[in-house]
Amino acid sequence: MAPKQKTRNPELIPGVRKVSRSQMYHKRGLWAIKAKNGGKFPVHAKQETLAAVEEKPPKFYPADDIKKPLSNKRTAKPTKLRASVTPGTVLIILTGRFKGKRVVFLKQLTSGLLLVTGPYKVNGVPLRRVNQTYVIGTSTKVDISGVDVSKFDDKYFGKKVEKKKKKGETEFFEADKQEKNTLPAEKKDDQKAVDALLLKALEAVPDLKAYLGARFSLKAGTKPHELVF
Amino acid sequence: MPFKRFVEIGRVALVNYGEDYGKLVVIVDVIDQNRALVDSPDMVRSQMNFKRLSLTDIKIDIKRVPKKKALVAAMEAADVKGKWEKSSWGRKLIVQKRRASLNDFDRFKLMIAKIKKAGVVRQELAKLKKEIAS
Repeated sequence: MAPKQKTRNPELIPGVRKVSRSQMYHKRGLWAIKAKNGGKFPVHAKQETLAAVEEKPPKFYPADDIKKPLSNKRTAKPTKLRASVTPGTVLIILTGRFKGKRVVFLKQLTSGLLLVTGPYKVNGVPLRRVNQTYVIGTSTKVDISGVDVSKFDDKYFGKKVEKKKKKGETEFFEADKQEKNTLPAEKKDDQKAVDALLLKALEAVPDLKAYLGARFSLKAGTKPHELVF
Repeated sequence: MPFKRFVEIGRVALVNYGEDYGKLVVIVDVIDQNRALVDSPDMVRSQMNFKRLSLTDIKIDIKRVPKKKALVAAMEAADVKGKWEKSSWGRKLIVQKRRASLNDFDRFKLMIAKIKKAGVVRQELAKLKKEIAS
């Protein structure tokens, strides 16, 4: 802390100071400053003020005053993964079409969702995105060091935007129905490529393939809060 | 039906309530009608209510309130741990612990093994039934 500044003019009682106006003039040495400057106080040269820009009145005034929303500069971080969920872990999916299925976790995408695969041949779950909150992480791990998942991101799984065609109604519907049902061959090949290496890793552990093929369910007498996954 | 397990100095008991739940302890002294002074190689000697103790069949030979070293030596000499793990009560507890610690994958493998075993048993039974019938 800086040493306490000496007050030239202490307050004796609230509102009453020790030294008078004229005595303060002398104490501050204003007479010396004046003398140095030839009898006047030194003054700064006047700064050039910029010419005021001609602001045109606006053409349109909104009927009611709209409130400006507060500025928000937060950026979203990808969801924090639970400690039990690491690449190669077997997960149990809890909701949706594949509920109860045991599935291999590959990586977390930038949106925070988990990229997961059955493998497809073992339990019918394709390369798919899954939310961490609807998943149980087991302690069983599979070795996925050989699998390359760098090409998969959220865009790969997004819905394809079709160009709007302005044609006759009946033609439009027929053409659409035929296109939507089949999966493009490229995606099937991606699935096979990822699964080929995974299956080798799975076969190394006895019973693991059968384990992934079976669904998880609660049986009579099992207490979920006491189960160790 | 006389009593067989007595509260005495040297009686080994299992703690059935509280912080030390599941530990084997030795009664080292009796404080009053309800409490005993209790000790074990891995805990500080302390008092415990008899209601928190389940007496076992095992008894060791010690004097009243022995020093920790003497207690440990006496327990080794009587092989308390070995006797406990061989006893049916001790074995049951070990199995319970193992079952509770099973992984989801372990439970699956267990289920498969049970089904296989049941299949083998059923086959043998069918054979025997056939023999009797013929």
